[in-house]
Amino acid sequence: MAESVPAESAHAHDHHDHHEQSFASKYLFSTDHKIIAMQYMFTGLAMGLIGAFFAYAFRMQLAFPGMDVPFWGQVSAAEYNALVTNHGTIMIFWVAMPVLIAAFGNYLIPLMVGCDDMVFPRLNRLSYQIFLLSAIVLIASFFVEGGAFGGAWTAYPPLSAKAEYSLTPLGSSIWVVAVALEFVAFLLGGINFVTTAMNSRAEGMGMYDIPVVIWMIVIASILFMASVGPLVAGAVMLLFDQTIGTNFFDPDRGGDPVLWQHLFWFFGHPEVYVVLLPAMGITADIMAVFARKKLFAYKTILYTTFATGVLSFMVWAHHQFVAGIDPRMAHVFTITTLLISIPIAELCFVYIATLYKGSITLTTPMLWALAFLFEFLIGGVTGIFLGASGADIYFHDTYFVLAHFHYTFFPIAIIGTYAGITYWFPKMFGRMMNDTLGKIHFWGTIIPFNCIFIPLFFLGMGGQHRRIYNYENFPELAGQGMQDLRVFATVALLVMLAFQVVFVINFIVSLRSGKKAENNPWRANTLEWQTPSPPPHGNFGSEMPKVYRGPYEYSTPGREEDFWPQNAPS
Amino acid sequence: MSSMTPDMPRMLRAVPPPERQPAIESAVLGTLVFIVTEIMTFAGLISGLVIVKANHLGPWPPPDQPRLPIEATAFNTLVLLASGVALYQAWRAYKRRPLEAKRPFALAIGLGLFFVLFQGFEWVRLIGQGLTMTSSTLGAFFYLIVGAHALHAVVAIILLCVFYRRLTRLELQPGTFLAAQVFWFFVVGLWPILYVQVYL
Repeated sequence: MAESVPAESAHAHDHHDHHEQSFASKYLFSTDHKIIAMQYMFTGLAMGLIGAFFAYAFRMQLAFPGMDVPFWGQVSAAEYNALVTNHGTIMIFWVAMPVLIAAFGNYLIPLMVGCDDMVFPRLNRLSYQIFLLSAIVLIASFFVEGGAFGGAWTAYPPLSAKAEYSLTPLGSSIWVVAVALEFVAFLLGGINFVTTAMNSRAEGMGMYDIPVVIWMIVIASILFMASVGPLVAGAVMLLFDQTIGTNFFDPDRGGDPVLWQHLFWFFGHPEVYVVLLPAMGITADIMAVFARKKLFAYKTILYTTFATGVLSFMVWAHHQFVAGIDPRMAHVFTITTLLISIPIAELCFVYIATLYKGSITLTTPMLWALAFLFEFLIGGVTGIFLGASGADIYFHDTYFVLAHFHYTFFPIAIIGTYAGITYWFPKMFGRMMNDTLGKIHFWGTIIPFNCIFIPLFFLGMGGQHRRIYNYENFPELAGQGMQDLRVFATVALLVMLAFQVVFVINFIVSLRSGKKAENNPWRANTLEWQTPSPPPHGNFGSEMPKVYRGPYEYSTPGREEDFWPQNAPS
Repeated sequence: MSSMTPDMPRMLRAVPPPERQPAIESAVLGTLVFIVTEIMTFAGLISGLVIVKANHLGPWPPPDQPRLPIEATAFNTLVLLASGVALYQAWRAYKRRPLEAKRPFALAIGLGLFFVLFQGFEWVRLIGQGLTMTSSTLGAFFYLIVGAHALHAVVAIILLCVFYRRLTRLELQPGTFLAAQVFWFFVVGLWPILYVQVYL
C-alpha cells in the first residue's frame, strides 16, 4: 500500500539523503519512521475495508435472511461464523492496533519528542514486515479447505481446539498463527516506542514536557507488552491442542477449557486500554489546539492514566461471569470493574474542563475529537451494567454486549483514527484536506453510527442472542418488531459505508491538489509542527530542536500570539 | 497548572538544562522491556500448570507417568547458575580490560551449552520411558515449559557466541554486552523458578 504515497510527500526537502534511492528501498524497505508509519496506516486502512465488507455481508444476512448478498452471494451458516469471527479479529488486531498505535506511534513519537528516527530503525522495519506477513496469513485462511476460522474472535476451546467441532481444521490453526505473528510485530514496535520516548528526547524536554499523545502511546505499549505474554502462552497451547493433540484445554483428559478464557482475557481487557489510550491522547492534543487553551491538569491526566493501566490488569474475569467461576470471585471483579470507571470518568471531566471557556474552532478534527468524547461516554456508561455481575448474567452474549462494545471501539478505532488523520494530514502529506467534504463525511458517519447501534441495545435487552445466523428459526426472536430494528440497523450501516466514499475522495483529491499546507497550519505548539510539511528525512534538518517549555502553552497572558512553540526561545 | 489564573505558566525555563545522558542505555532498556513480556509469558505458562495441578484428582505427579529426574536436574540447575556467575565475571573483567573477559565469557557459553545438551539428553530418556506431550497434562506442560525455556537458552547462547566473536575483535560495545548480560540473567534466573514449579 505504500506505493500510494506520492513521491513529494516523504523526501521533498531531503537534506540527509545524498544518493538517489530506488523505489523499493525508498518505500518498501525504508527504515524511516515516517514511511513505516505510512505503511502501517495504509495496510491498516485496507484491512479496515475488508473488515467493513465482512460486517456488510453478515448484517445483510441478519436483516434479510437467505438473500443473495450483492458481491458475496448466499451467506451459509459456516460463512456467517467465519465472517463474524474475522470481522472482530481484523478490526481489533489489524485495524485498531496498527493504525492507532503503530502508525501514529511511529509517525509522532520521533517528531514530537524531537529526534531524527526511532532508536532501533531496523527492528522497526522488521516489525512492519512481520505485520504484513501476518495480514497475508490471515487472509489466506479464507482460501484453505474448510474455510476460515469461525469460533468467534475470542476463540474459546473446545470449539477452537477441535476440528470436529469447528469444522475448520486448517482455518483455526492459521488464525492462531496469524494472531501470534501480529503480536510479534507489535512487540518489536513497542520496544522501539518505549525506548525512543525515554532515551531520544530533544535537549531540554523533561518527562512533563512530553505531549499527552506520546505518553498515552507509550503507556499503551507498556500495557500491551505486560499483558500479551499470557495470551502468547495460551496461543501456543491452543496450537498444540489443534495440531499435535495435546490436552491443555480438554477436560476429558485433565485439561481445563476455562484456563484459555483466563489467559485470553488477561490480555483481552488491557487490550481495550491499549487502543483506548492512543485515541484519548490524540483527542487531548486536538482539543487543546482547537480550544486555544492549556490542557487542563496535565499531570492529573498522566497519573490517572497510570492508575487506569494498573487497574486494567485486575478486571479480566468480568468477561467470565457465566463461565462457572466462583461467585465470590465475581464479586471481586465486579468491584474492580466498577472502580476502573472512575479514572476514565475523570479523564472525560478533564477534557471537558479543557474545553470550558476555550475559544473553540469546530474544524473537522475538532468535531471528531468532540464526537469521540460523547460517543465513548455512551460506551462507558452502558459498561457499568455489564460490569455488575447480577445484570451481566442476563445481558451476557446478547446484542447489548455487542452494542456496548461497539460504542467503545467505534469511537476508539474509527473516530480516533479519523481525528488523527484529519489533524495530522497537513503534516504527513504537506497539503490541507477539504474541510467541507470532511464535515459531510463526519456527519454522514456519526449519525448512521448511532442509528446502527442504538437499536441493538434494545434488541439485546429483548433477549437477542449474539451467535445466531438466522433468527427465523427462533420464534420468540423472529417477531416483526425485532426484525424491523435489524433492518433499520443494517440500512444505517449501508448509509454509513456509503459516506466513507466521501472520505476516500477527500483523501485522494487533497493528496493530489489540496491547498499547500504551511509548516504549522493549526498554530500548534508541539515539535512536529515546527518543521517543514512534510518533514524531511531526519525530521529537523541540520539543527535538532531545543525545548524550552511544555506542549500546551496556549493563550499565555502577556504574549502577542496565542501559541508558544515548545522550541521557541523566550 | 490551572490555565484560568493569569499567573505565568510554571513550566517555563529561562535556559534549557544541559543535555541528558539516558538513565539506562537504549539497548539495555529495549531488552528490559522485552523481558517484561517474557516474564509475563512464563507467568501465563506456570499459572496454567498451577491451575491444572490444583484441579487434578489424585496425587501429583500422576503415578502412572515416568518420574522426572529431580536430582540430575538439580545438578544441572547449579551448572546454569555457574554460567550466569561466569558471565558476570566476564563483565567485570571487560570493564578492566576487554580481552581479559575472553576466558570467563567462553566459560559462560560452555556451561550454558552443557545445560542445554544435558536437558536434551534427559528429554530423550523421558520420551523413551513414555512421557510425551500427549501422554498426560504433566507431559504436555513439562515439554511446553521446559521447551520454551530451552528455546530461550539456545537463542541466547547463539547470541553470546556472536558477541564472543565481537569481543575477540574488540568490537563489542558496553551497551550490547550489558544487554546480553541482562537477557542471560533472565534465562538463568528464570530456571530455578521453573525447576521448583515443574519438577517438585
